[in-house]
Amino acid sequence: MTSYGELTPVNIITGFLGSGKTTLLQRLLRSPQLSDAAVLVNEFGEVGLDHHLLQGVTESALLLENGCLCCAVRGDLQKALRDLLSRRTRGDVPHFRRVVIETSGLADPAPIAYTMLSEAVLRHHFRLSGIVTTVDAVNGRSQLAAFPEAVKQVSMADRLIVTKADLSGPDALAELRARLRALNLSAPIMESAGISGDVHHVLTDDIYDVEGKFREARHWVAEEVGESAAHDHTPGVRSFAVTFDRPLDWTAFGVWASMLLHRYGSDVLRLKGLLNVAGVPTPVLINGVQHIVHPPGHLEKWPDADRRSRLVFIVRDLQRARIERSLAVFNDLVNRPSAVAGQGEPPALALAGYGGSRQER
Amino acid sequence: MCALCGVLGGKGHWSDSASAPAAFAGRTKPQTRIRERQERVRLLNTVLKYHGVVAKDWSGNAYLLTSRTGRTAIVDTVAEIWPAAERLSGRICDPLDDGYLGGLASGREASTAAK
Repeated sequence: MTSYGELTPVNIITGFLGSGKTTLLQRLLRSPQLSDAAVLVNEFGEVGLDHHLLQGVTESALLLENGCLCCAVRGDLQKALRDLLSRRTRGDVPHFRRVVIETSGLADPAPIAYTMLSEAVLRHHFRLSGIVTTVDAVNGRSQLAAFPEAVKQVSMADRLIVTKADLSGPDALAELRARLRALNLSAPIMESAGISGDVHHVLTDDIYDVEGKFREARHWVAEEVGESAAHDHTPGVRSFAVTFDRPLDWTAFGVWASMLLHRYGSDVLRLKGLLNVAGVPTPVLINGVQHIVHPPGHLEKWPDADRRSRLVFIVRDLQRARIERSLAVFNDLVNRPSAVAGQGEPPALALAGYGGSRQER
Repeated sequence: MCALCGVLGGKGHWSDSASAPAAFAGRTKPQTRIRERQERVRLLNTVLKYHGVVAKDWSGNAYLLTSRTGRTAIVDTVAEIWPAAERLSGRICDPLDDGYLGGLASGREASTAAK
């Protein structure tokens, strides 16, 4: 069976209207390492793309029965990717080793990720690699203030590329960077003009790439944990890191995270973590997009001397302290005798006195 | 497929360590898939007892959930347990709920919210 890391990686390039997605893509595709990438674009814009494997798709989402927008299958994309796969198998198109999807300026990246990770055929052939989001240095702040689509694109990114930085003043640029960092703690922020040398790393580095996974994991642990603690009571999207000194029990983590994502998946925009799992000497990497979690990755050694588990959350209206406490309680359950005896008679349900609600979480 | 009962192999889930053999290859203690499922079921029964739902492994492929009134549901993965448990019990599965967490932490009775 093909392991997850061996599947064809798919990158998403997203960003608000006019933020320079196609210009960035043009530049990346000139890299020899990306010459065998197939490109799917949502709309053919003013900037022409000259690539041998270019296909247009139109946006349409099939909403599933549970009604969650992030769990919508993008029917257009499903068809385009299946078609591409079948043409590659038949030899009708050059053998591509990567797919790059350029979204429209108002697109939500979540259904694209969901389509890739859950669709019956696609999930056996493709895997989601990095999400790259372009942000216009001049208009970025006002777009983030006015458009929830822009906030979501930034929050879900694995890389943030600031474009047109030369047209913006240093103070405005610093403010934009601070806003981006508050929204997304783990994505490296680069200026498009400053990307040089091996530009393909912008797309190829991810936690399943043999060469790039170490570089990628370093970004996840680069920021100090207290970074966003001051924003803990601010409504809206924010990111924070949570650390655990004691090793995590993998079974407890899986039960906890699946329950959390069931209840709050639409509010957990990204979940990334470098975990110290009990009984496993090397770090386990966890990477989630809303309700969907990739199969875990791993590193052959720890990136630094710190052996704590570090989890980065990008959430909407959830508090760090509650998440931290909840995971700690679940992790402690495995060492309690009651967990072993758990088949006993359940206690009577207290029908009144609910301690929390959607508003008070 | 199981030759005796004709059950097809279950759906994989990221929380099964079999989904990423390389990540768990260096485990210091031997861990089998069956043992992992047994541990997960024990843990599930601890967290679901406040909902009055009992979980059992079903043929190593699925989970059988039973409510106090005898209603049952069979689900493939741990992710599918929570919506099924909510349907069976009429209570929500919220790992951030203070009352629920307090009960889990102390091992005593806890309140869970109605759906």
